[in-house]
Amino acid sequence: MTLVRATGVILSKELRTEFRSRELLVTTAVFVLIVVVLFSFTFNPTSSESRRFGPGLLWLAFLFAGSLMLQSSFLREQTNDTLAALRLAPIDPFSILAGKMAANFLFLLLVEVILLPVFAVLYNVAILPVLTPLLLVLTLGTIGLAATGTVFSAVAAQARLRELLLPLLLLPVLAPVLIASTEATIGILRDPPELSLVWLTFLACFDVVFLTAAWMVGEYLLEE
Amino acid sequence: MATEAQSQTASSAAISAPSIVLVFLLLAAASYGALIWAPTENTMGLVQRIFYFHVSSAWSGFVSFILVFIGSVAYLRTRALKWDWLSVASAEVGVAFFTIVLVTGPIWAKPVWGIWWTWDARLTSSFLLWVLFVSYLVLRTLVEEPERRALVSAVFGIFATLDIPLVYFSIWWFRTQHPQPVIGDGGKLDSRMGWVLLLCWAATLGVMTVLIRLRYRLEALRAELDSYRMEASRDA
Repeated sequence: MTLVRATGVILSKELRTEFRSRELLVTTAVFVLIVVVLFSFTFNPTSSESRRFGPGLLWLAFLFAGSLMLQSSFLREQTNDTLAALRLAPIDPFSILAGKMAANFLFLLLVEVILLPVFAVLYNVAILPVLTPLLLVLTLGTIGLAATGTVFSAVAAQARLRELLLPLLLLPVLAPVLIASTEATIGILRDPPELSLVWLTFLACFDVVFLTAAWMVGEYLLEE
Repeated sequence: MATEAQSQTASSAAISAPSIVLVFLLLAAASYGALIWAPTENTMGLVQRIFYFHVSSAWSGFVSFILVFIGSVAYLRTRALKWDWLSVASAEVGVAFFTIVLVTGPIWAKPVWGIWWTWDARLTSSFLLWVLFVSYLVLRTLVEEPERRALVSAVFGIFATLDIPLVYFSIWWFRTQHPQPVIGDGGKLDSRMGWVLLLCWAATLGVMTVLIRLRYRLEALRAELDSYRMEASRDA
């Protein structure tokens, strides 16, 4: 089976598992909502201020959500030791990682797209005219988040205190993504909106670097 | 068999007395250069002399983190635990050097800038780098089994070192877009200052090498002890 097809099979398995219960998506979406509401107490969320601070807190909320949501990516497999079964499959071991990465990317993007309008209403930011560039930033940022997060989820799954460990590993590594996505989003929400090519290129570079790194270490990470 | 090979690595990692003497001489010369020989800087005064050890510690810290990367990649390729020992030794020494950077920085900044800390590009990225490798060390404490620990920390070590340039670029662009009130240096170095800085770097590199070898040896001895314990429990 080719890598792409195997990845597709793993991806559809992940999606099926999640959409049967939807527990991960619902919990994460509610979590982001709580963070966004709580952030409103830390400063005065009037329109001019929210243009400056809003994107940063939105991305921080996404990063926190990712660092909690991605835990289950490999923990789910541990309950019935299904990872061992996946490993037995005659497929490239990287496709297991890639499938999970793709699934995590879609879950996170879905949560983000659901919460974007809520955020826009609560913080009085007009997003409809700039939806396309905003989605581009969301996509690029979320690829980086999902790529590193899935690998670290496999790392943390093998350690003690894993619930605490994953944010500890993930958040400092994701600092460049936070900076780049926040700055790009601030630019897009500015009046008139401007698309910062520097930050978009930077996000793309981050994604390429860590997708390549994940591809290189993937097979080692999944071995028993 | 395995224990013999391991005790060999442990003894080969022992440090010879001349190399320690050499490092001490280098340190003494570097201290003399930094504290006495180098001219006093015009605007900042005596406190500027901390700069020599501040900067050279940062450079040696970088070298240590590059060694973490080398050790991690080599471990994944060869599965020889000695590469993991190199990684953990270098990571600890690198964190120690960056702790020196983060402590000497504010000592320098307070009299010169009037504040202990500013979220300037270099300060922020050094701080983030320090946090990155502290989490590497925390990860190591949370995995029991040596092979597993070596594997997962090698993966994280590679990711963390790949992140260093990205952290630097992003923070640099971020901070240069925003106006910054205080930036310390600039202007030309007196040639003596340049030489003292190089000498200090040589000295901290020497300290780094000695510490990494000591720490490596400790790790090798630990592994040896573990294998004896296993043998003893098998015999019993």
